[in-house]
Amino acid sequence: MGNITNEGLVLAFSALGAGVAMIAGVGPGIGQGIAAGQGAAAVGRNPGARGTIMSTMLLGQAVAETTGLYGLLIAFLLLYANPLIGKLPQ
Amino acid sequence: MNSGMAFAPIVLAANSGTKAASKELSIGIDGYFQYELFGQKLYFTNTHISILIVMLILVIFAVVANQVIKRADPNKAPGAFLNFVELLVESVDKLTISTMGEKHGPKFCNYIGTLFAFIFLANTSGLLGLRPPTADYGVTLSLALITFVMIHYNGFKYQKIGHITGLFKPLVLSPINIIGELATPISLSLRLFGNVMSGTLMMTLLYGLLYKPITLFWPGFLHVYFDVFSGAIQSYVFCMLTMVFVSGNFEEE
Repeated sequence: MGNITNEGLVLAFSALGAGVAMIAGVGPGIGQGIAAGQGAAAVGRNPGARGTIMSTMLLGQAVAETTGLYGLLIAFLLLYANPLIGKLPQ
Repeated sequence: MNSGMAFAPIVLAANSGTKAASKELSIGIDGYFQYELFGQKLYFTNTHISILIVMLILVIFAVVANQVIKRADPNKAPGAFLNFVELLVESVDKLTISTMGEKHGPKFCNYIGTLFAFIFLANTSGLLGLRPPTADYGVTLSLALITFVMIHYNGFKYQKIGHITGLFKPLVLSPINIIGELATPISLSLRLFGNVMSGTLMMTLLYGLLYKPITLFWPGFLHVYFDVFSGAIQSYVFCMLTMVFVSGNFEEE
């Protein structure tokens, strides 16, 4: 284990960090599921308002999705445009 | 060829020395040739090419629709193409007016229709083999900044100075209000960018990883989800949020 280069260490932990950042996908999943469930219940109670319920539900789901996307962006940054590699002492 | 991540041209210039993991997989933005403007190194990227193609499609559609409308005979039933154009215009008008109200809605129909057409075509341009222009943060940030300017222009127009004093209404919450106002364009742009970018990335990885014969038919099903469904939902959401934010400033306090 003594022959790990600095760069290799940074790359390994960046890959790990990208994986950990995607835990952020749990929250939006739960939130979107709740929104879809409530939307289905609302359509069941009032089938006439189907269009309005659908658009409101999609809007709410898109807003809830944002936090998950922030995690996704962190993962993308770590994988493809790693800012940490440049900070290594040359 | 330089391959950088979506934050062109800043990251593009910084990463120009590094090679992508695989030559065939081009996930980021490729710069085709470099030019200097006011001392800045800029690149002509594949985002520009996709935007030009999308604009070309929109312009051709607009010119053809204009000619068809001009030559339409009001005494006869409209043809298939004219019916389609009418359907598009009417549905955008109906959506805008039902969201923004009878009084202010008609003024914004043109902008919302244009925005929807551009974002939808840009998101689905992956079907044409292009890299979607909305998978470039520069494009989505510009779109969100237009919304930001519209929000505050209309805020000052309808609420005058109340638009500023409204931020300090409960004085304790004023930092949160100000940050909330500034976060609007950032979250708008990142939402569109993240969705389209993740779709593009997954499609590119699939095309690169699978055997060539399989890529002829299997990713077609995924294109339906990532390009068409997700693209339509995201363009709808962007237009809807623009309308909701802008119309939030109409009420006189």
